[in-house]
Amino acid sequence: MKVMAAPPETAILQVDDLSVCFETSRGSVQAVSGVSFAMAKGEVYALVGESGCGKSTTALAVMRLVPPPGRIRRGHIRLGDEDLLALSDEAMADVRGRRLAMIFQNPLVSLNPVYRAGSQIEEAISLDSVPRPVAWRRAIEVLGRVRIGDPAERALRYPHELSGGMRQRVMTGMMISRTPDLLIADEPTTALDVTIQARILDLLMDLCSHSGMALLIITHDLGIVAEIADRVGVMYAGSLVEQAPVYELYEDPLHPYTRMLMRALPRLGKGQGRLETIPGSVPDLIALPAGCAFHPRCPERLAICASQTPVSRVVGGGRTVACHRGEVDR
Amino acid sequence: MPMATAPQAPPSWPLVRLDSARKYFPIRGGLFGHSARYVRAVNNVSMTIERGETFGLVGESGSGKTTLARLIPGLLRPSGGRVLYDGRDIARTHGGELNRLRRRMGIVFQDPASSLNPRSPVRASIRRPLDLQGVRGREAERRVLETIDRVNLGREVLDRYPHQLSGGQQQRASIARAIILNPELVILDEPTSALDVSIQAQILNLLQSLQEQIRLTYLFITHNLSIVRYMSDRIGVMYLGKLVEVAPAEALHDRPFHPYTAALLSASPPLNPRLRDRKRYRLEGDPPSLISPPPGCGLHPRCPFAVEVCSERTPPLVEAAARRLVACHRWEELTLKVGPGA
Ligand SMILES: Nc1ncnc2c1ncn2[C@@H]1O[C@H](COP(=O)(O)OP(=O)(O)OP(=O)(O)O)[C@@H](O)[C@H]1O
Ligand SMILES: Nc1ncnc2c1ncn2[C@@H]1O[C@H](COP(=O)(O)OP(=O)(O)OP(=O)(O)O)[C@@H](O)[C@H]1O
Ligand code: SF4
Ligand SMILES: [Mg+2]
Ligand SMILES: [Mg+2]
Repeated sequence: MKVMAAPPETAILQVDDLSVCFETSRGSVQAVSGVSFAMAKGEVYALVGESGCGKSTTALAVMRLVPPPGRIRRGHIRLGDEDLLALSDEAMADVRGRRLAMIFQNPLVSLNPVYRAGSQIEEAISLDSVPRPVAWRRAIEVLGRVRIGDPAERALRYPHELSGGMRQRVMTGMMISRTPDLLIADEPTTALDVTIQARILDLLMDLCSHSGMALLIITHDLGIVAEIADRVGVMYAGSLVEQAPVYELYEDPLHPYTRMLMRALPRLGKGQGRLETIPGSVPDLIALPAGCAFHPRCPERLAICASQTPVSRVVGGGRTVACHRGEVDR
Repeated sequence: MPMATAPQAPPSWPLVRLDSARKYFPIRGGLFGHSARYVRAVNNVSMTIERGETFGLVGESGSGKTTLARLIPGLLRPSGGRVLYDGRDIARTHGGELNRLRRRMGIVFQDPASSLNPRSPVRASIRRPLDLQGVRGREAERRVLETIDRVNLGREVLDRYPHQLSGGQQQRASIARAIILNPELVILDEPTSALDVSIQAQILNLLQSLQEQIRLTYLFITHNLSIVRYMSDRIGVMYLGKLVEVAPAEALHDRPFHPYTAALLSASPPLNPRLRDRKRYRLEGDPPSLISPPPGCGLHPRCPFAVEVCSERTPPLVEAAARRLVACHRWEELTLKVGPGA
């Protein structure tokens, strides 16, 4: 029996065969190639992978905010029963305001430099026709929840008067001030210290378990993934090579890339063994190798890997993997 | 300590020793342009780094790690206390002698760009320390080749510019530059924070094998507790400009003595989803200012275990067990454990 990663009837987000490219003077950059995944209500799904593998581009496609010269070449994206790629720009803007929200990798991008931190949150809250004074009070409350010290005073500051970490927390506050159906958080804690990071992660998880908000978290930090994800998608060179519930991914990774990544993590003490390294380097997304994009670096490659692109197959237990190994014997 | 001026310190001396070292940065813009206020970036730190060990230094942003590291080669002069390298007081060393001492240390920063000149080929940056020592021509080239071999860089990168190298290659080049004069001590300030997991693994392996091959001593600064544990023999934990705990790496992870160490360990994701429900120690609020740090123990406004004495007296760094130091009034009463279960 085939087990779907998340049954479509409960899926809040469903991405099918998404491909995004950037047309540059050097050629067409295949940033995202045929990515499919689904998320259930209240679920925390982590998209992981090394720098440049297409995580942010995937998220931006869901928001329909891929910047030029990028364009969505193929695929479907559904949020609940809404077909996002078929919506008019106005309708999409409305969805972004109400049902979808994103914490961007660079928080200055989405904080408006000419408005005070508190006003930006107040704005978001008053979208629900909450009266201004109430919205302001709630904005200050939200700043406190994202661990900003002295929130009443900080609410009056402009973005450039705040540190990078604080801007990131203001962004987080803005996004959680009205609970969206889906929150996309792109590296939401990179500029933060671990103790503050832990607070923000707690807060996000709390929202998911209490309000049913789904969280798509994007990170290259496999510690954060271990800490909060329900399921994980591993990307390599624009493709989703493996998806699994978090425990299975850490304990029994199936894709050779995931396996190597897991063994590259420093989990022991000094003198208790060397870390695994992955030979070679990531491919140029303009000239992706034929077959499996990982084959030039893969110690387990077969003859077929150099010519045929492996398709993602469901292997049971809510897992998918795109690798020729095991296609016959599993 | 009168021996500090001895010309040749016995080898039993620690390679690096800080005695109540302080670094206060004055803040300008007072009423009459006077600066009566200071950022107490390093505030009375005493510690040693032994020959051949890796001393890991952790602590949150702004706790003074980089400032402490810059005191050792004398890139910053201490505002008080002493910094001794191989028994010699750095602040009293000048000119040629200081130069000779510095030659025995290398530094690698988080951002490789800061040690590689963007406008010259990588060869020039790697060779630069040799130029400064007057080593030229064939001999210089021989040592460049020998060193890039040590860090597993191919010769083809030497003629490229830094931007034509990957992040991992850039960091290898900075390591090559740091070790080309055969130093004893290498200061590594967040050397892998900007790198991906697989590249990070390559650099950490490289650093460990270099240490074995040429018996280097490392001061390894990071905020990543998994990395510091993997790399270090001993770990020092900084909070608000002070060293609050020093312990062998495994002991520190198994049983931290200081509440701040316990909080840091609890907050650091352990790379294992089964440890999600571990017992945790949480701190309230944000770190206070370094300009007017709280009286007594710097942690007391946030510490779940604080009692009256904590806000009155500064706990000294005391020997708590073999090779273990801690600065907390209550360490003996507390049994802190950040581990599975709970
Ligand atoms: N505007 C653009 N023009 C050309 N190429 C782009 C553009 N934006 C992104 N890319 C390329 O698309 C690929 C995917 O980028 P993306 O930002 O999605 O990666 P990522 O996984 O989020 O990486 P990181 O972890 O570094 O944030 C990269 O190779 C990147 O260079
Ligand atoms: N040259 C300087 N002038 C004034 N203040 C300084 C200077 N250098 C550092 N500081 C301050 O000293 C404190 C300690 O800084 P330091 O860079 O040593 O911290 P750190 O522990 O290395 O932090 P991070 O983890 O962010 O690198 C900070 O508050 C910093 O702003
Ligand atoms: S001295 Fe007091 S405030 Fe400081 S860490 Fe120990 S118990 Fe906490
Ligand atoms: Mg990104
Ligand atoms: Mg620093």
